[in-house]
Amino acid sequence: MGKILRTVLYIPGNSPGMIQHCPVFGADAVALDLEDAVSIREKDAARRLVTAFLDSLDFSRVYVSVRVNGAQTPYFKKDLEAVVPKGPDALRIPKCESTDDVKRAEEIISALEDEAGIPKGTVKIHAMIETARGLEKAYDIATSSKRLEALTLGGQDLLADLGIQKTPHGRELLYARSRVVTAARAAEKQAFDTVWTDINDINGLFEEARLAAELGFAGKAAIHPSQIPVIHEAYKPHPAEVARARRIMASAQKAESEGRGVFSVDGRMVDAPVIERARHLLRLSELYENSNRGDETS
Amino acid sequence: MSKNTPFKSRTAQCGTLESSDCLVTISESETSHIDYRGANAGIFRKRTEAIVKELLDESDLTSVAVSIQDNGALEVTIRARIETAIERFLQGR
Repeated sequence: MGKILRTVLYIPGNSPGMIQHCPVFGADAVALDLEDAVSIREKDAARRLVTAFLDSLDFSRVYVSVRVNGAQTPYFKKDLEAVVPKGPDALRIPKCESTDDVKRAEEIISALEDEAGIPKGTVKIHAMIETARGLEKAYDIATSSKRLEALTLGGQDLLADLGIQKTPHGRELLYARSRVVTAARAAEKQAFDTVWTDINDINGLFEEARLAAELGFAGKAAIHPSQIPVIHEAYKPHPAEVARARRIMASAQKAESEGRGVFSVDGRMVDAPVIERARHLLRLSELYENSNRGDETS
Repeated sequence: MSKNTPFKSRTAQCGTLESSDCLVTISESETSHIDYRGANAGIFRKRTEAIVKELLDESDLTSVAVSIQDNGALEVTIRARIETAIERFLQGR
C-alpha cells in the first residue's frame, strides 16, 4: 500500500454534516459507514448520500473507504452497485469468514468496475475479521484476492462472538490482534486495529494505539475526531529511531554504490528487512514534519 | 371513500433537522407547490426550487407538495434527500 494510514475515522453514512467535513478532521483515512451507524430504515438514504458525496466532494489527501453492509444482508449488493462506480479507494467488507466471502465481493466489484469503465482493481477490499470463524481463516482470507489490501480487526463483534467482555487492558484481544497482524503480514497485506469506544478515555486510547503500533498494525480505527491526534501521537516514531533510520538509509546508498550487499550501522548488521523498516520509519516521520509545517493536520 | 374512512394522504420523508441537513417531505396534493424554509431560504430559494422541479420532472411526478426545512445543507445533500424522498414516495413508504 502506498499511503500510510495511521487513522481510519468512521463517519456515519447518513450524517451530511460529518461527511462534508471529512477533509478537515485530520485523519489519514475515513470509512463512510453504511453498516452499524445507519438504522435499517435509513439504509437507502445513507447509500444515496454517501454516493452523492463520493461524486462531488474533494476529499483532498484523505484515503476514502466505505464500510458496506455484510454479504448476508439484503443491502450488500445495492451498496456495491451504488458505491463502486464512484471509485472509492476501498470497501470495508464486514464479517468475512471465508475466502468465498471475499471472492463474492471481488466478482461483483470487478463487474461493476467494468460497467463503470474504471480500471480493474481500483477499488480495494479491506476484509473485516470480527468473528471467531473469520479469525481462524484470517490467512486464507488475506490471500484470497489481489484486490484485498488489508485485514481489519472488528473487536466489538469479535468479543460478542467469543462471549467475553472488553477490558481496559485489552488482554482479551491480544491473541486476535496478533493473529490478524501475522496473517496480514504473511500475505504481504496491511492490518488495521479495531476502535477504542470510550471517547473520554484518552489515556486508554493512547495505550491501546501504542500496543497496536508495537504489534504491527499499520493504523487504528477511530470513532471520533478527538481520537485522531491521540492515535497519531502513539504512532509517532522516536527521534532516535528516526536518526538511526537516516543513518541506515545513508549507509545503504553508500553500500549499494560500492557493490556491497551487507553492512553494519551502530555495530549491528543491516539487511533488506532492516532497510525496508528504516524506509517506512522515515516516511512515517515525514507525516509529523509536514504536520509541524502546517501541511497536514495530525 | 366512505364517510367513516379517514383520508390517508400518501407522504414520504427523508433527512433530519440536524445542522447541515434538511428534512424533505413529499405529499399528495391537488396542486403542486414547494414550501422551502430555513435560515438561508431567501438566498437559496431559486436554486432549491429549480432542483425540486428538475427531480420531480425526472420522476414524472406532478400532483405533489414538497416541503423542505433546510438547516444549512449543501446542494449535494439537498439533492440526495429529495431523490430519496421521491423514491420512498413512489414506493409508498
